[in-house]
Amino acid sequence: MPYLAPRNPEMQRPASNTFIVTSVLVALLLNGLPWEGVWLMLRPDFVAVVMLYWCTHKPLRVGIGLSWAVGILADVADASLFGQHALAYTLLAFGGAMLHHRLKMFDLRQQTTQVFGIFALTYVVYALVNWQVSGYVVWPYLLGCLTSTLLWAPLGIMFQAVRQMRVDNKGI
Amino acid sequence: MTDNTQSFQFFNRGPSPAVRLVFFSVLSLLLLFVDARYRYLESTRSALSVLVSPIQRLATLPSVLWKQAGDFFITQRSLIDENKLLHRQHESDAAQLSQFQALQQENQQLRSLLALPQRSGLDAQLAEIVYAERDVFKRRVLISKGADANVKAGQVVVDDIGIVGQITRVYPWLSEVTLITEKDHAVPVQVLRNGLRTIVFGAGDTSQLSLRYMPISSDIQNGDVLVTSGVDGIYPPGIPVAKVVKIERDAAYPFARVVCLPLAGVDKHRHLLVLSDLPKLPERPVEAPSATGISQSSKTAHKK
Repeated sequence: MPYLAPRNPEMQRPASNTFIVTSVLVALLLNGLPWEGVWLMLRPDFVAVVMLYWCTHKPLRVGIGLSWAVGILADVADASLFGQHALAYTLLAFGGAMLHHRLKMFDLRQQTTQVFGIFALTYVVYALVNWQVSGYVVWPYLLGCLTSTLLWAPLGIMFQAVRQMRVDNKGI
Repeated sequence: MTDNTQSFQFFNRGPSPAVRLVFFSVLSLLLLFVDARYRYLESTRSALSVLVSPIQRLATLPSVLWKQAGDFFITQRSLIDENKLLHRQHESDAAQLSQFQALQQENQQLRSLLALPQRSGLDAQLAEIVYAERDVFKRRVLISKGADANVKAGQVVVDDIGIVGQITRVYPWLSEVTLITEKDHAVPVQVLRNGLRTIVFGAGDTSQLSLRYMPISSDIQNGDVLVTSGVDGIYPPGIPVAKVVKIERDAAYPFARVVCLPLAGVDKHRHLLVLSDLPKLPERPVEAPSATGISQSSKTAHKK
């Protein structure tokens, strides 16, 4: 059987731990900007997008445990119940771990349709927990999973560029 | 014979994703249960908040810098205008204040004549909203005074017009204010017009409040102002809370539907006042079997 070279070479580029940690911190920061009203409803969950990116691109380094820990930090930052983000991000990371072989063979457009399912699941779990605790659902909140999905491609291109830059610098 | 069906693992990668998923999901659900039910984890939360707060401060930095730049480039003309306005305001306030002091004096004398407990004055400290809640499901804000400024959970937060909310959680340098529009947040109130006592609840999904369990026949009108009644010992009496905007009386239901809007700028201002603790009310007496024959007989009648 001939070796099938992945169509998407991005997956194999190296990523330093510093880059991973910085990207997660920046995502937490972006989530923490003072969003209000409609913008809060439309705000993509930057942390979820970044965590899914690393779970699919570096599944051996960023996995379910780390996602759970980041979820706990997000819970503290949002003053939500302990475990609310953590549960959502655990499912997100599991989805990422399941999908990372498939995503390797897809280009960005095809990936976008695949990751939508995972984001939708994450958002539904978060809304479900809230419904259990407080008894109502803010429906426009689910719009966020659409914007998160739309963010996937730009984020992928940006991270790819940054990682390529590091490879080039090392080559010189 | 070796078992060929079992795959050989070159690298030890720990438990499989499914096992991890179950483990961390159960852990999350357990935390959710403990946090929602018992609130044991507050100390852990404040410890972790020390880790997260630098990120949060950094996130609000651009707006703070923008405001400071605006303050720097303010014109002298607008300062003079504002100063004039404040002077005028101060004069009219001073006149009202002297009247208020006379009334307070009179009230104190009347209360001592009637042997009622004196109303205590309120101390307040100014706090700034550091950031609004980023969770669309909740109506909370975080303010810049925390345990370092001796803020305690349960204290009442007001603005220049009326009640805004109540402190629910205290961090080392921040504290969380639950707004009165949060779902099921209750404030005991009185209708200013006729003294009718009731309780106003937050709706949660809109910035409205509602009065529940108001009989259809109750005397309440559009435009009635609700002020705190002070019967709970948490909210000081007489602070404006809300205004009635809509009443639906449907004969099919025993209770009228009363919708109110908060008077204070619950979603608006940047500076809030945290009121000091009220003096403790005497403990509520334990229900004891009463000595009078009437209540005895009514109780026995109830048991049958």
